[in-house]
Amino acid sequence: MNQPVFATWNDPDAKPLIQFRNVTKRFGDFTAIDDLTQDIFEKEFFALLGPSGCGKTTMMRMLAGFDMPSEGQIFIAGQDMARIPPNKRAVNMMFQSYALFPHLSVWDNIAFGLKREGKDKEAINARVEEMLRLTRLSKFAKRKPHQISGGQRQRVALARSLAKAPKLLLLDEPLGALDKKLRQDTQFELMDIQEKTGTTFVIVTHDQEEAMTVASRVAVMDEGRIIQVATPAQIYEAPNSVYVADFIGDVNIISGRAKPTGEKVAIQWAEGQPDILGTTTTKFDAGQEIHFAIRPEKVAISTEEPLDAANKLQGKVLDIAYLGNISTYHVELPTGHVIKAQTANTRRLSRRQITWEDPVWISFTDTAGVLLER
Amino acid sequence: MTRFSWFNATALTLGFAFLYMPMIILVIYSFNASKLVTVWAGFSTQWYGELLRNEEFLSAAWVTLKVAVMSSTIATVLGTMAAYVLVRAGRFSGRTLFSGMIYAPLVMPEVITGLSLLLLFIGIGLDRGVLTIVLAHTTFSMCYVSVVVSSRLVSFDKSLEEAALDLGCSPFEAFRLVTLPIIAPAVISGWLLAFTLSLDDLVIASFTTGPSATTLPIKIFSAVRLGVSPEINALSTIMIGIVTVGVITASLITKQAAVRQAREERMAERPA
Repeated sequence: MNQPVFATWNDPDAKPLIQFRNVTKRFGDFTAIDDLTQDIFEKEFFALLGPSGCGKTTMMRMLAGFDMPSEGQIFIAGQDMARIPPNKRAVNMMFQSYALFPHLSVWDNIAFGLKREGKDKEAINARVEEMLRLTRLSKFAKRKPHQISGGQRQRVALARSLAKAPKLLLLDEPLGALDKKLRQDTQFELMDIQEKTGTTFVIVTHDQEEAMTVASRVAVMDEGRIIQVATPAQIYEAPNSVYVADFIGDVNIISGRAKPTGEKVAIQWAEGQPDILGTTTTKFDAGQEIHFAIRPEKVAISTEEPLDAANKLQGKVLDIAYLGNISTYHVELPTGHVIKAQTANTRRLSRRQITWEDPVWISFTDTAGVLLER
Repeated sequence: MTRFSWFNATALTLGFAFLYMPMIILVIYSFNASKLVTVWAGFSTQWYGELLRNEEFLSAAWVTLKVAVMSSTIATVLGTMAAYVLVRAGRFSGRTLFSGMIYAPLVMPEVITGLSLLLLFIGIGLDRGVLTIVLAHTTFSMCYVSVVVSSRLVSFDKSLEEAALDLGCSPFEAFRLVTLPIIAPAVISGWLLAFTLSLDDLVIASFTTGPSATTLPIKIFSAVRLGVSPEINALSTIMIGIVTVGVITASLITKQAAVRQAREERMAERPA
């Protein structure tokens, strides 16, 4: 693998395309964005992820120019955006409702922005045809938006926002209205188009799977702040807080007191239970509050006592969730904690060894979990 | 289905008879051959012919038409602008007061509107004539237009305008290229409503008219004081016809737009 990994954000010389500098946005008494500073680089597929009301849509609307920051500045390509109205920005947006013009055909919808630029007819024709091909809509050019399906409408919206070749494309919950299967297909299509056009994409979503699939970097937001910005893999494997670990995927959290022992940290978490051993680069003081986060698929489950596991605990099966490809076992420990352990169903169901109420062992290595301060 | 009931049928018949009997009698007598209004002497269309030769009625009809077209057009422009601002401007202090003030003329007695306009025209020294009637009709029909248009704008998806801005439109272009074509049915039915209102207004027109401009309702009213003639019956029948066509067209346009919108929304939910 000699292909260079795309990671402009680690390059100290790279100039960011978008810069948020101490941006605060208030609506009356409500603070939607709280002193936020963030760089987004060219050709990134940047996802803003968070629950509703976390400020992700406000960030996007400020980039498009529909909302202005109450304090702080936003730069796009080095230019302060404070006094630039939406129609003067090299930014286009794909709306959550698609906002297709119902009185215009698919062709005219896509051509709309180009006509505003005052380009000549030839150039507009060529560009619209190109967009129709890119989004596989050539057959539907003459139809009105209400005469095509939801998935096609979504592609018209995408084609229309890409037609002007913006520096930055904003996508507001672009796949929310599609069913699951179509959504997955479209996610890959989006990534493909992003790569082909080389446009910087900023996507707003509350769907963590979607953010993980499409984005080069994910920003997890909560209450107007960015909690963590990292690649999907880092967000999943090395969350910086219990909030992020809990928001992305499934996780077991065990809280206790830290007891540094050499290179490792032991966690005292319950009377009469062995300490949990973990590794970390963060420095923990003895007795400091500590949270141990471990993903269910990194917890092994067995009927026999595992011999060489760094951490092993005994419990009994409380519940089994069978999901087809995987099964999740809810194991209750004598302390009352319930730990989720996941196994891939590589064998047929009839051969399953573990069932309800069975006494079992759960085990994991000392590098499987993450140690978090908060 | 509700079953047939004699009570319902009677109530319906009485109700409609109450509403339409006078008009039906008027229409029937407009085809009366006799010059005496109350005596039926066989079917004839001669009064319609007489009417077409009556210069006074014709010039009054022409004045009425001019006034109606001009006032409803100005009222549509102003009413649409007022509706747009009130729906779109969001919260500003005194917004409720403003929207209340727009709608107040709807319930204001016409006599008072007419009188106040008359005082204004005298006060600023404007000669009464076609111009003053146009201004007066614009004033009172504008709020009807604004009611019709704002009820459409309330359900208008604001992101459509934002999309237009995002694609490079100035706010005015966004209105002209996106908002206006979409709300056009409401604007047209507002225009038709204003047109009809202007056509049959007597009270306000009487207050604001001058010797040079006699509208049809004024003409009819003054002619009737000298006795009802079959010509007036014929004229009234024609006016009933015009107003009916206007109102039905307005409501059809509104209804069709609503049906189409509902169908488009239904189509939107169904993945094909």
